[in-house]
Amino acid sequence: MEAHTERHPAASERTRSERRLAWLLCAPAVIAMLAVTAYPIAYAIVLSVQQIDLRFPDEGGFVGLDNYTSVLSSQLWWTDLFNTVFLTVVTVSIELVLGMIIALVMHRAIFGRGVVRTAVLIPYGIITVVAAFSWQFAFAPDSGFVNNLPLISDEMDWFGGRFSSFAVIIMAEVWKTTPFMALLLLAGLVTIDGQLYEAAKVDGASAWQRFTRITLPLMKPAILVALLFRTLDAFRIFDTIYIMTAGAQDTESVSILGFNQLISRLNLGLGSAVSVLIFICVLAIATLYVKVLGTRVEEGRPVK
Amino acid sequence: MERGSREYVLWSIGITVVLIFALIPVLWLISVSLKPPESIADGRFIPSEVSFDNYKSLFEGGVDDSPFIKPLINSILIALSTTVISIVLASFAAYAIARLEFPGKRVILAGALAIAMFPPISTIGPLFDMWRALGIYDTYLGLIIPYLTFSLPLAIYCLVAFFREIPWELEQAAQVDGATPFQAFRKVIVPLAAPGMFTAAILVFIFAWNDFLFAISLTSSDASRTVPAALAFFTGESSFTEPTGSIAAAAIVVTVPIIVFVLFFQRRIVSGLTAGAVKG
Repeated sequence: MEAHTERHPAASERTRSERRLAWLLCAPAVIAMLAVTAYPIAYAIVLSVQQIDLRFPDEGGFVGLDNYTSVLSSQLWWTDLFNTVFLTVVTVSIELVLGMIIALVMHRAIFGRGVVRTAVLIPYGIITVVAAFSWQFAFAPDSGFVNNLPLISDEMDWFGGRFSSFAVIIMAEVWKTTPFMALLLLAGLVTIDGQLYEAAKVDGASAWQRFTRITLPLMKPAILVALLFRTLDAFRIFDTIYIMTAGAQDTESVSILGFNQLISRLNLGLGSAVSVLIFICVLAIATLYVKVLGTRVEEGRPVK
Repeated sequence: MERGSREYVLWSIGITVVLIFALIPVLWLISVSLKPPESIADGRFIPSEVSFDNYKSLFEGGVDDSPFIKPLINSILIALSTTVISIVLASFAAYAIARLEFPGKRVILAGALAIAMFPPISTIGPLFDMWRALGIYDTYLGLIIPYLTFSLPLAIYCLVAFFREIPWELEQAAQVDGATPFQAFRKVIVPLAAPGMFTAAILVFIFAWNDFLFAISLTSSDASRTVPAALAFFTGESSFTEPTGSIAAAAIVVTVPIIVFVLFFQRRIVSGLTAGAVKG
């Protein structure tokens, strides 16, 4: 690009003023983004090595890694981590398959494309809490309509057990976020040259072969980007669980655990240790994906 | 594909299933919200009798006594303020990234991406403590600041993608005619960029409108509690009645306008959501 203009003295004045303007324009956004991320995470680390319980303001002080030892040796953390990973893996896998089907339908459909797009945008526009309430009411054993459906026992107590609660939570999450997955995949799908399919057809490739040999390999970057975003998003699951079970029947996620420690129990030290551990998990997931993706994610290039 | 062929029928069934599945939670909430207390627990998908009492009770007592009016006002004002500030800041940054050459461009884009992946729960504790020390706990500002942070990456990526589509030459022509870079931005680029900015604004508004975690963590009263948080604190008419009917009615009031809006601008939203998301 034009990155080497600084070598020419004639251009240097202009380059410098351009840089100044660029930094001036970016500064407010950069400050706003750092104010609530970099500083708080640093502060969370500071809080996590102290004993700070707002209910007992007089006690306190530096306790080193004690908070981390308490969290990591508690059964609750590992249960919640298992729940979060389980929900993330199941939700994102279902979404990937459904999202791919919807994307293919929207791409290939000769009619009904607009209807499908309209349909997938409805969940996107609905507040997660509202959707969670709706599904909760629908699955309520006595007042919901689900238990009146054929094939489903009238007595089924969905929120009475751990994995039946998970089933409802997963459904609500899949309903809410599949549209995003489908749209990201569709954006990747439209970049594939249609002539490739024509050529493959002429060579006698079946629809399934065209999908696995052309679509999937060419869409790998789009799929990985969609998976990265959705995995990290799913890992933060909070709203749906808070509304549906509030963590009852061992359905707590790590975000709920952090919230309970920080806001309900006002134990900033222990809660911050949970926060930092969640941050480390997210960092690990992101690193893993970025390694697979290479440097492609950092390029903000729009699709042509 | 011919009308009446097997493939046509399969497509039609598939599309219908997707549409019904997408609409079920909304239709169900409308149904629950219209049921009078006697039949609210009957489990019927279509109400046997219809009553608007749940909606009336939401607005009874005016701003002071209604559990819903103040949160609704809070939600609207907080989401709108966030949208305006976020779009202004993001436009400046996106213009610089799309149009100017400067060291640090990649760092800003990568940083924005990192923030899009940042777990909000990790900031809750420190913000709770900092906001109380600064006196902005349970205020509009206390929510607008974190919403800005987490909506800026979305807005910047969306706007950079749109700004790169704007023809360069026009801006250069303006500069040749004696416009300063800022004038070129304001008089030439802004009108061309308005559609993209509008799209980014919709995405930011929906993000702020949807948030629940910050809303329940950083507020403690109706002074700044938004609708999603208020819904979680709804109580029935007496301690023996479930607030199901009022929650459903409130949910419909905050959902229907957004859905109408989203459907009206669906093309823009699709291009905004996918802008800059796919890199080859």
